[in-house]
Amino acid sequence: MRPNPSIAPDRTAGGVGGVETLDADAASDIALTTSPEVVAATLGDVVRGWWVRVRSGESGVLPVLGGLVAIVVIFQVSNSLFLSAGNIVNLLIQAVVFMMFSVGEVFVLLLGEIDLSVVYVSGIGAGLTAALVAPPFNLTWWLAILAGLAGTTIVGFIQGTLITRLGLPSFIVTLGGFIGWEGVMLWMFDHLQIATGGVIEISNNILNDLVNGTLTPAASWIVMIVAVGLFAGLNVFRDANRKSRGLVAPPWGLTGLKIAAVAVAGVALVLICDVNRGSHGGHVTGVPWAIPIVLVVVALATFVLGRTRFGRYIYAIGGNAEAARRAGINLTWIRTAAFAITGLMAGVGGIMYLSWLGSISTGIDSNYVLYSVAAAVIGGTSLFGGRGKPVHAVLGSLVIAAIANGLGLLGMGAAATDMVTALVLVSAVTVDSVARRGSAVRGAARR
Amino acid sequence: MPQGLLERGQPLLELRGVEKHFGPVRALSGIDLTITAGEVTALCGDNGAGKSVTIKTISGIHGPDAGQILWRGRPVAINTPRDSAALGIATVYQDLALCDNLDIVQNMFLGRERTKVRTLDEAPMEMAARKTLADLNVTTVRSIRQPVSSLSGGQRQSVAVARAVLWNSQLMILDEPTAALGVAQTSMVLQLVRRLAEQGYGVMLVSHNLNDVFEVADRVAVLRLGRLVAQGPVTDYDRQSVVELMTTGTVASRGGYGVPAVGGPEEN
Repeated sequence: MRPNPSIAPDRTAGGVGGVETLDADAASDIALTTSPEVVAATLGDVVRGWWVRVRSGESGVLPVLGGLVAIVVIFQVSNSLFLSAGNIVNLLIQAVVFMMFSVGEVFVLLLGEIDLSVVYVSGIGAGLTAALVAPPFNLTWWLAILAGLAGTTIVGFIQGTLITRLGLPSFIVTLGGFIGWEGVMLWMFDHLQIATGGVIEISNNILNDLVNGTLTPAASWIVMIVAVGLFAGLNVFRDANRKSRGLVAPPWGLTGLKIAAVAVAGVALVLICDVNRGSHGGHVTGVPWAIPIVLVVVALATFVLGRTRFGRYIYAIGGNAEAARRAGINLTWIRTAAFAITGLMAGVGGIMYLSWLGSISTGIDSNYVLYSVAAAVIGGTSLFGGRGKPVHAVLGSLVIAAIANGLGLLGMGAAATDMVTALVLVSAVTVDSVARRGSAVRGAARR
Repeated sequence: MPQGLLERGQPLLELRGVEKHFGPVRALSGIDLTITAGEVTALCGDNGAGKSVTIKTISGIHGPDAGQILWRGRPVAINTPRDSAALGIATVYQDLALCDNLDIVQNMFLGRERTKVRTLDEAPMEMAARKTLADLNVTTVRSIRQPVSSLSGGQRQSVAVARAVLWNSQLMILDEPTAALGVAQTSMVLQLVRRLAEQGYGVMLVSHNLNDVFEVADRVAVLRLGRLVAQGPVTDYDRQSVVELMTTGTVASRGGYGVPAVGGPEEN
């Protein structure tokens, strides 16, 4: 007979014994490493766990939210026009193109890759759309948009194929894309009849309205109420379902707070947009179309990353590609598809850019690509893969747009904007890196 | 007991005369190894004895050059990792192959997520993961929704093993599961190994830590220079004899153990 091994249950080194044996140290240890919603039973637990994490540098979207508030306060103190209704709407519109590029960038950043080509890819897409609605093609606006998006998606697919099938570094392939697609764009604009001097003007009202058009105040309220209602309904339904099955679910207080925050933001947005922001006696009110468009795109991206196998695999590959491979995941396909999505988002951003300016030119600002990567990183997306969400890209884009907008109001030019944006970017990466080092040390100690 | 498992002590996997060459190097010669259901078989051997090659042969990373493999008494061909996984053999390597940024449920279902209308169906996955962990008595994790990066080494090992159980494996090959762990973590993993065997799974524990071997193993097999020099019930051996078998291939210094030497001590 083999003697039965006497093994004491592990209640020491792991630090995570049964719930009843938890002491304060163990509790704070868990709070450090786990999202507070996951282990908290009440709103108080959430706040306590969150505070422990903040003190230890693991604060999620907190730095970017804090940074955004600080930037808003500084600019508002310097120039009271900053928080005027007209300027807030203006700022949101300025952020739209960043947001679209940046959400696309999140898909490849999550894999630990990068796409440097988005600006000129977007230029090709926007050029295609603008040319197709004009003579001699005269396509319907939505067909032209689809064609433009298809074009940029194919470009992303080609780059992704080169990167994954040939094992080339994405930095180099998309740097090549940055150079090469500009060439293609120049060639295209040289050969299109509609382009004059490297510029294609929009000849279609709907394309123009994507960013510049506004919903009527009544429609604004309806859209806002429907959106908030959907958000609230989905959250309540999911949490109630999980609670009834005894699964991990956040406390009701947290769900309620989230919904309340979204509702307040929605009401504030519509109220701000309903203030007349027309200048020189003009009358402009209502929510710009761009805002619901952005909300839908970001919601779709969040859904794809959070609720589908494809999204799960993107996180898995970014976290541990070898583990993903052993789990039978087709790395080549997922990676290629991620680059295609970045291409698609480049197209969406390009069409928003086209609509915003009313034209697309070969002189499109190439800084957009670096700003879009910066926006994702400022928002909390890791450059090393595996960590990040579309909402990070949105918040980071708001920061970048606020800096440009605020410094513009103060009469400072591109020089100041570039320098301040650089400082914000480097501080954001510093916060990320310090938090990462802190958690690595704790992780090593735990093992 | 989970369905489809063999009775305790029945041969689950048998290697018969398995050979493996790498060019002129004979990595394995004439290996006759039996792994039984419901028991822990420890595979011991010094560095370079052929432990890794044996694991890789069983898990299909490289197919055998000669010999036969029987699974539940039937001859089978294992030439790719897919073949081995399809039979129900799970290999938990030292590096564990977990994604640090995903939570426990996500890791356990990675590659086999359940979906409803093409959307991840989290509730049944979470319930199945929780049940598997509870069956294995892995109760030290605070929440199965915490990311794997927040787990201790022993807990990570538990998650990797639970993942294999969840995927209907019948034989778990654990490659040096305690090598990187402290005392408490090691005892947690060994406890898990015992529980696997008690539930009817076959366990092959690859280790050169003899403390672990004598704490949990029911059977011992000793490899030396690509040959299996001994195998049998753990009660037939003690530390001294296993060390001698690992280093010299024979128990010359102390007779009377009745060591059922397989392959035979041909040297000395």
